[in-house]
Amino acid sequence: MKNSIAERVGDFLQRYPPFNMIKSNDLLEIASEITIIYLEKGESIFKNTEPAHEYFYMVRDGAISLNYDNANVIEIMNIHDMGDVFGLQALIVKEPYKLTATANEESILYAIPISLFKSITDNNTKIQKYLITVFASNTHVPYTVEQTGEIFSDYISNTAQDIINFQTASYTKNPITCQVNSTLKDAALKMCAHKIGCIIVIDTNKKPLGIITNSDIKNKIATGLFSIETEVANIMSTPVITGKKGLTVADGQLQMIKNDIGHLCITRDGTINSKLIGVLTHHDVLATIGNSPAVILKDIKRANRTKKLRAARLKANNLLKSHLEQNIPLSHIVTIISQINDAVTVRVVELAIKKMPSPPPVTFSWLALGSQGRKEQLLYTDQDNALVFEDVPEKQYIETQAYFLELSRIITKTLNKIGFEYCEADMMASNLEWCKSLSEWQNQFKDWILKPDKKAVLLSSIFFDYDIKYGNQKLVDNLTDFIFNTLSETSLFYKFLGSDAIKSPSPVGFFKQFLVEQDGEQKELFNIKSRAIMPLVDAARLLVLSKQIRYVNNTAERFEKLAQLEPENKALYKSCAYAFKALSKFKTKQGLFNNNSGKFINLQTLTKEEKLKLRRCFKPINEIQEVLKIRFDLKNFI
Amino acid sequence: MFFKWLNKKKTRYPEFWIAYLDHFKTIDKKSINETRFVAFDTETTGFDTHKDRVLSIGAVAFTGKAIAVNHSLELYLNQDVFNPETVEIHELLKSNNLNKIEELEAIKIFLDYIKNATLIAHHAGFDRNMINAMLSRHGLGKLKNKFIDTGILYNRSKHIIYRDNLQTHYTLDDLCKELNVPKVDRHTASGDALITAVVFLKILSRLDKRKNLKWGYLLR
Repeated sequence: MKNSIAERVGDFLQRYPPFNMIKSNDLLEIASEITIIYLEKGESIFKNTEPAHEYFYMVRDGAISLNYDNANVIEIMNIHDMGDVFGLQALIVKEPYKLTATANEESILYAIPISLFKSITDNNTKIQKYLITVFASNTHVPYTVEQTGEIFSDYISNTAQDIINFQTASYTKNPITCQVNSTLKDAALKMCAHKIGCIIVIDTNKKPLGIITNSDIKNKIATGLFSIETEVANIMSTPVITGKKGLTVADGQLQMIKNDIGHLCITRDGTINSKLIGVLTHHDVLATIGNSPAVILKDIKRANRTKKLRAARLKANNLLKSHLEQNIPLSHIVTIISQINDAVTVRVVELAIKKMPSPPPVTFSWLALGSQGRKEQLLYTDQDNALVFEDVPEKQYIETQAYFLELSRIITKTLNKIGFEYCEADMMASNLEWCKSLSEWQNQFKDWILKPDKKAVLLSSIFFDYDIKYGNQKLVDNLTDFIFNTLSETSLFYKFLGSDAIKSPSPVGFFKQFLVEQDGEQKELFNIKSRAIMPLVDAARLLVLSKQIRYVNNTAERFEKLAQLEPENKALYKSCAYAFKALSKFKTKQGLFNNNSGKFINLQTLTKEEKLKLRRCFKPINEIQEVLKIRFDLKNFI
Repeated sequence: MFFKWLNKKKTRYPEFWIAYLDHFKTIDKKSINETRFVAFDTETTGFDTHKDRVLSIGAVAFTGKAIAVNHSLELYLNQDVFNPETVEIHELLKSNNLNKIEELEAIKIFLDYIKNATLIAHHAGFDRNMINAMLSRHGLGKLKNKFIDTGILYNRSKHIIYRDNLQTHYTLDDLCKELNVPKVDRHTASGDALITAVVFLKILSRLDKRKNLKWGYLLR
């Protein structure tokens, strides 16, 4: 009797290994003996320690996660989706299962009878080799986790992975030291003898007191400031910056960038009040990472021409690429790249002021808006910026504004040369509208907040995420205070922001449909920015504003902060933060790959695993939009 | 009295029909998880239960949530009625070199296959009427099985507040889209039967979440 179902099952099997290595007659025989199993989300097909089944399994639809549960710690080993085989324990070793297989979403499985499969493939060494490889890669060996995570390792939290990728910094043990009362000459001789560039000054208890580097000797001795016989205590840099023994390379690097130093003292308990056990030098970090943001920052600070700035920023892109490849957590990458972008901006402003015929008439601040303001800019993106200057008497207003407009023009032009595209909507300080005095800005925000309309909402999404990059901090604090005071007068504005935040519906439906489509006609590009990232950004901004939280601009950090403040919604906010990071990383990878902003993703270039993982990030979007709807009562507000 | 009535029937009906009826002698009180379900679909020459004929019957049987491929049923029937208009849907030509059997033979195999299983079909009314018409042409009674219609069941799986906005008519394609069921072999009887089975299991899992799942809720 004809069995079309068996034929179709066979057609499906044939597309995936190991079945693509089986002759079609044999395949049909296997296909007709298959059992199709439906699993609800959360249902398990087999559990850890359960005796081996007479079947092994293939995912027809949905996704199955293999979990290793050990002493109540459940660790996701792998997630299988369409076409993957699993449960090979039963086929190969016939021992009880060591992992638990659970439906990660609603799934359909093919159960393949082992005895029949074996009788057909017994002489096929190729198939056996394949299955053993698959089996081996799914057994619980901590080091295989490294290869399974790839792009979204941030999303699936996995402590083992962080340890692997985030190696402990290998610092210099038994560093060369001198006592606090020794002379500089003795110290210098010691440095020469050991061919080193720095020496740590310690007290009798071996606690680090200070550090002397080559540049200290150059700056303080060679210039005649101190005599060569002076005590080391007089010229050492103090206090030293310290770190703990188990410090990771990334942490060490961050400390160095933050404090603008090249040496970190490692002490027993990580403070300056315990015994010195080693020194982590900048060189140690370089040796491990191979590419140094500190070096790039130095380049930027020293650059005196646009060309050099551009070269330095280009280096940052390579750095970004290698960091992503090394699977360094995104929060760390973002910090580094933001530091670099900020340094570029500062340097550009400094250079622009020099180019002006006269120094600025009054103080001002240079604000970054949008993604740079949120410190989320990884690749080159549009420049969105604004300038606020001190209030001046009315008579001088036009003149003062003209000065700052000219300054802004030089700045934006330079930024453009470096690689930051002009903003299409002309939201730049070189535009008359976005280069204003403090009180004019206050009026502007008052207008937006108290008389909200579509345009105000559109602009606010960019303007409310401002961050000072250069200049007078007081002006900005003043503006921020004013905005929060005004916000407390009205709730209407929140509704406008809210309805804007929920306007782009969750992309889940779109993707589900995409996965169903088998003929691959869905050729449209997916706009990851507007469909997935912006809804999260908008939601975070609105929630943070409504809670009057200041100075937290980064979307992931905003969600983390919200999770602290609202324990009842902790899980949702945390998953939003995760999703945001994962999506940003995805966008960045795509951007680097295609050499653009990564805004659009060609779905066809994604592997099925990437698609699945992308889709998993969409769930929190849906949920956070529901929260907004209820909290700001948006159901009846249009 | 009761036995006499049964005996009377026995003399009139063929063996296989008596055997089929025997399955209903004991009242079935199994839980849903233990019940044998048969999802089936028919391809026909048209929509008129009197004029049109069944060209193909496909069915899959399952208990619990596992469908065994080798226990599926796929029948092609020899029919004198032919309607060129529906060929483009089911692609069954009059003289396909499929292994076709006579209608009575198909009835025998089908009844032996379904036994007293609960039947599932999409727009079950139509498929039931087609089979019943076929049975009556051969002087047999109507199907005795319980019936579940996936179209109606889907509506019931929706939350009460959304029911007002529901479509009254869902095609199998609509459900595939809504429930994310891959459309493989659509418009062949056995392909549609398998799709219907998966659709049913998916709806069932949605209903099951609201716990109070009773037979009365499933049956039409």
